[in-house]
Amino acid sequence: MTYFSDVAALARKDVLLELRAKETLPSMLLFVVAALAIFHFALPHGSGHVAALGLLWVALIFTALLALTRAFVAEREQGLFDALVLAPCDRSAIWLGKALAVLLFLGCAEVVALPAFAVFFSGVDARTVAAVALADVGIAAVGTLLGAMAVAGRARELLLPLLFLPLAMPIVVGGVGASAGAGGRFLLFLVLYDAVFSLLAWASFEYVVAET
Amino acid sequence: MLRTLVSDRVAGVAALAVGLTAVALALIFFYVPTDGDQGFSQRIFYFHVPIALTSYACFGWGAWKALRVLWKRDPQADLESYTAIHQGVIFGALTLITGSIWARASWGVWWSWGEDELVLFLVLFLFYCAYFMLRYSVEPGPQRENLCAVYALFGVVLIPVSFLAIRLSKQFIHPVVFTSHGPQMAGSQFFTFCIAWAAMLAIFATMYNVELAGKRVDAHLKELRELLA
Repeated sequence: MTYFSDVAALARKDVLLELRAKETLPSMLLFVVAALAIFHFALPHGSGHVAALGLLWVALIFTALLALTRAFVAEREQGLFDALVLAPCDRSAIWLGKALAVLLFLGCAEVVALPAFAVFFSGVDARTVAAVALADVGIAAVGTLLGAMAVAGRARELLLPLLFLPLAMPIVVGGVGASAGAGGRFLLFLVLYDAVFSLLAWASFEYVVAET
Repeated sequence: MLRTLVSDRVAGVAALAVGLTAVALALIFFYVPTDGDQGFSQRIFYFHVPIALTSYACFGWGAWKALRVLWKRDPQADLESYTAIHQGVIFGALTLITGSIWARASWGVWWSWGEDELVLFLVLFLFYCAYFMLRYSVEPGPQRENLCAVYALFGVVLIPVSFLAIRLSKQFIHPVVFTSHGPQMAGSQFFTFCIAWAAMLAIFATMYNVELAGKRVDAHLKELRELLA
């Protein structure tokens, strides 16, 4: 199926570019560990585990923003968007390939962030890991689309956080609730969020990159 | 002069808005009995909830027009979507303000994370404020129309998702002591509420049409200037 081979080719392109440049991933890893360290100082003594979990999610969201801001940099600087749009593939394949690459980068960041959190604060259980994984899918889906939108405008790096944070609020609610053990329905909610917004992003991406 | 800017239909809607608002105000201040629990300040409810519902209607209308932009390539729909969302943000800001006033009157605090409507509106308000950031950072043209339309559609999908999220978070973070008013109102209260809501919708329709007419005149003028230059 050419659609999935297109997606694979595009995702592979992004991963290869990152492996060669080594820009985004190291800065994400460093940022998330530094943010967790700052949060230790931000939390007053005797704050519970739940407060620390909340800050974990803040760190994850802002680390994700770092990745998303860099996601379309190559496309913008080298004028790749025109080439991608001219390519004989479905426009939504561009979104899916990019979102999969972003998901991979987020996954790598979490592999460092979660053990760091366990060391700095307290343990991380299976529910938290599941919540983080589901949240990453949502962040990648929505963030990739918004990244493409932000790139079209003038105030790119300023615009992406403004566009992304309101949409990220349900992710934080679901994630914190699931991590803090408030019930499986928070994980179900994250699944719902992922399904709804992935579908919407997949369907509407071609309008985002269309010139007319 | 006004006749050339707005059609007779819009003038009719404006007259309806004036009439409904007058009736609503009369009902709110003279007809409806004072609430037993909250006293006189409960009457803010007749402003706050209709304004909130109208703001939802604005965003819904904006999303419908956004769909028309993407689906039918309707040339008028982009401006209509933008105007509806602009009105939605205005009504949304009013919702937040009236909600805060009501919170202050009822509970002594300006803000309460425990009240669904306020938190949902904060999220939506931020979302739709970012709509304007998006709109004004892109050059006018078909791409801007597409981006804004996609964003408006995301907003309308965000409404139920956020509502669900806030419901979930309340159970976990804020145990709800205050039970929200359901439709279990006295007949006179429900009647007043409906009139107030109809008045708010009529105000939206009027302002929407007037703003749209003004923007169309602006666009026409700009076209003429470019032709002359």
